[in-house]
Amino acid sequence: MKYAIGIDSGSATTKGVLFDGREILKKIIVPTGPNPRRTMEEIYIQLKEDKEAFCVTTGYGRDLLEQSDKSVTEITCHGIGAAFLCPGTRGVIDIGGQDSKVILLDQNAFIKDFLMNDKCAAGTGRFVEMISRILHQDLADLDAYVKDAHPIKISSMCTVFAESEVIGLLAQNTPGPDIGLGVIHSICKRTAMFAGKLPLEGKVFFSGGLSNFKTIQHQLQEELKREVITHELAQFAGAIGAAKIGYDKHKSI
Amino acid sequence: MEVRKALPEIFEEFSEARRNGFIAAKNFKETNRPMIGTFCTFMPQELPLAMGAATVSLCATSDETIGEAEKDLPRNLCPLIKSSYGFGKTDKCPYFYFSDLVVGETTCDGKRKMFELMSDYKPVHVMRLPNDPTTQASFDLWKGEIIKYKEVLEKQFDTEISNEAIKEAIQLKNKERKALKDFYALGQLKPSAIEGLDILKVLYGSTFKFDREQNVYDINDLTEKVQAEYDSGKTLEDKPRILITGCPIGGVTEKVVKAIEDNGGRVVFFENCMGAKAVEDMVDENNEDVFEALTEKYLKIGCSCMSPNPNRFKLLDEAIDAYKVDAVVDVVLQACHTYAIETMTVKRFVNEKKEKPYISVETDYSTSDVGQLNTRMAAFIEML
Repeated sequence: MKYAIGIDSGSATTKGVLFDGREILKKIIVPTGPNPRRTMEEIYIQLKEDKEAFCVTTGYGRDLLEQSDKSVTEITCHGIGAAFLCPGTRGVIDIGGQDSKVILLDQNAFIKDFLMNDKCAAGTGRFVEMISRILHQDLADLDAYVKDAHPIKISSMCTVFAESEVIGLLAQNTPGPDIGLGVIHSICKRTAMFAGKLPLEGKVFFSGGLSNFKTIQHQLQEELKREVITHELAQFAGAIGAAKIGYDKHKSI
Repeated sequence: MEVRKALPEIFEEFSEARRNGFIAAKNFKETNRPMIGTFCTFMPQELPLAMGAATVSLCATSDETIGEAEKDLPRNLCPLIKSSYGFGKTDKCPYFYFSDLVVGETTCDGKRKMFELMSDYKPVHVMRLPNDPTTQASFDLWKGEIIKYKEVLEKQFDTEISNEAIKEAIQLKNKERKALKDFYALGQLKPSAIEGLDILKVLYGSTFKFDREQNVYDINDLTEKVQAEYDSGKTLEDKPRILITGCPIGGVTEKVVKAIEDNGGRVVFFENCMGAKAVEDMVDENNEDVFEALTEKYLKIGCSCMSPNPNRFKLLDEAIDAYKVDAVVDVVLQACHTYAIETMTVKRFVNEKKEKPYISVETDYSTSDVGQLNTRMAAFIEML
């Protein structure tokens, strides 16, 4: 039996999966923390146990793990991971901790084109983290928190300025959920504008940490004016893509 | 087939030329001949050469003086403009210090207005470059500007520049262009004979050699050596072949070339200013009207400040075929509006007409985006 390990060292969380060519047998997600190499190592050891496995790493820390057999960029891994989770996917939007990306795939799930936004935090998970900190809300409860809220328009184009804007809104007694939903709308609007630079076709697969939130998925769909699908493992798309590449490579050796 | 690992030391000699350029410039000045500082390939080098002067392209490729420049200039401005201005202001660029006259052109808005400020501390002559290369009116205007520039030189240096001398300079510059062209045409070889970074080193380094005849000799010699090694079977491993287009690169922006070549690609052609943009076309040596010949050549440079800009696409079209290019990387310096806007036209041209992958990257003179550049370039090359 052959196995492959895929580890995606992101800015906020590190994800790892163990793959046997058909199924994801094991998955781990932990905060990346200040020592991404050690975090990757811990995940590697837990996934590997005493098995023989080919390991592919991706994400910001992709070149750090000594035991890695190959490193591949997160663009390629997310594309392949998305196509694995949802066969037939032609467009992927990934909103990560500190960047966002749009990927176009062809009918054979090869990457056709991509864009990456890593210059601005306002369209990323950072923005949501910032707002949950100010509102003293646990990120995990976000969907419930903004349910039935009336979104406030956040006009600042920059996370740092938006933070001041949010504090100003709180000082005017604006309800927290309305601000939270406003921020979600703002992120989705920015992401849709960014994605509009590439010719998306059909359904869009939404991956990354924010894809867990129904509110964001729904709002992104509104802004893009096209169907947005996701998967319970969408946050692992990068790690799954890495494992898939590793397995295919391993198989051919 | 043997795969060559080590690079010929001769490439280093061209890097040395840049490092030792300051001493060469000082020695040149001691012969009591003038030095003309230039910013841009639109400046007809034949005129200063015709009066025995040297031309040198002024430092504008590092972030060292940007802080000083930002005291006078807005922060949200192209790094090349800030860097040029800062080097001039701080006298950190010895070439600027040695230049008796600095010549600029009205290429983009940023440069045009920057020259106004620069003239406070340095004699600056600004040539009025028209922005439509296709009309007779533009041709006449640019020809007039070239003649005016000759007169400025004659007046400032109390000399006369004869048509004969200009003709000789045209021949010399053409010889140099031909040598450079033959050299970078090594990029056409498949499998490759030479790394893109080495091509850039030579193109960049050769602009700091003041003895033009010697420069031509050195470049030809290098081309022959590389070709001979190649013919004897020393070739580089085949990799996806990349064409770089866009803003000028060199100095700190070599980081883009490194990001491509460190991540599995090879740059085979530079369409930029430091590369083929101003070298590809010769000046017509048979035209008796030397000013007309110069006008024709220099107005053809396919810079994004031109509108429309057919010559950039003509060169891209030819080079993508001749250099068997697999993909195109368009480099845009932050806040360079004309190149940034033209990315859309270039993308469409490359994707649709040439059916090749295209990516544009925005960068500046810092090293803070090296990680991001690596990820982008690696992903782009994985895609090929």
